[in-house]
Amino acid sequence: MTERRTEYRWFWVWDFEKEERWLNEMAANGWALVDVEYCKYTFEKTEYNEYTVRLEMHPSDENYITFMEDTGAEYIGRVLQWMYFRKRSELGSFDIFSDLDSRISHVRRIHMMILTLGLANLAIGIVNLSIGIFSTRNSFVAIFNLLVATLLMYGVGRMRGKIEYLENERRLRE
Amino acid sequence: MLENIVLTEATYYILLALYNPQHGYGIMQEVEEMSRGRVRLAAGTLYGALNSMVEKGWIVQLPVEDGSRKKNYQITAAGLEILNNEIERLRELVENGDAIIGGNNND
Repeated sequence: MTERRTEYRWFWVWDFEKEERWLNEMAANGWALVDVEYCKYTFEKTEYNEYTVRLEMHPSDENYITFMEDTGAEYIGRVLQWMYFRKRSELGSFDIFSDLDSRISHVRRIHMMILTLGLANLAIGIVNLSIGIFSTRNSFVAIFNLLVATLLMYGVGRMRGKIEYLENERRLRE
Repeated sequence: MLENIVLTEATYYILLALYNPQHGYGIMQEVEEMSRGRVRLAAGTLYGALNSMVEKGWIVQLPVEDGSRKKNYQITAAGLEILNNEIERLRELVENGDAIIGGNNND
């Protein structure tokens, strides 16, 4: 049985690149991601740099997993909307996106998801706030909703910035 | 097709690779070979491009053969027309580039 180790980490959804970087640093040090759950990452001992790890926000899609596997990638698992893949380095470089268009549409999907959650929290917050006039408990829930909404709007801003940057690039090159 | 369509490099090479029936991984390999290793299509990009091109009717998915899980695709008449227009456009780009700086490039 290969040696395993588990790490608990939290990443904001807009820091998905930071998460991916961390997973690849682990792989570079001989710990390849083998299983993933919410905030829980399980690694197996491998050679240094044996795998490259990639993650992508993608709707549940069996065909897509088969497609990725046919190109030599391994499907590790999924957490909410996020899919995790890895590929042996000896099989060649591993990226999910190879041009700006597909990278932009990926960030757009993430942007839409955060925006939807943010607006939902804002709406529920406002409803709770108006009920809160009659009950303190609802006022607390309202404040919580509005704080979450504010945080998510920060994430929306981060994704907007990224989309803008990529679209600027796109004006000049592919 | 009155609109002038400018294809991305990925779209162009995928259509070219689908002149003969081919599956996803085959497309990646063929494009890399054609471009002598320069163009490496990533799987997510390719998957998205294939789906949009099927939607537009530029390519079709062929019936899956028994015992195989690989889906083959092939270019359609509409896709071929798009591709031919693009080759024409690229020729113009290269001719103009050559005419203006092509001769002075080697000194």
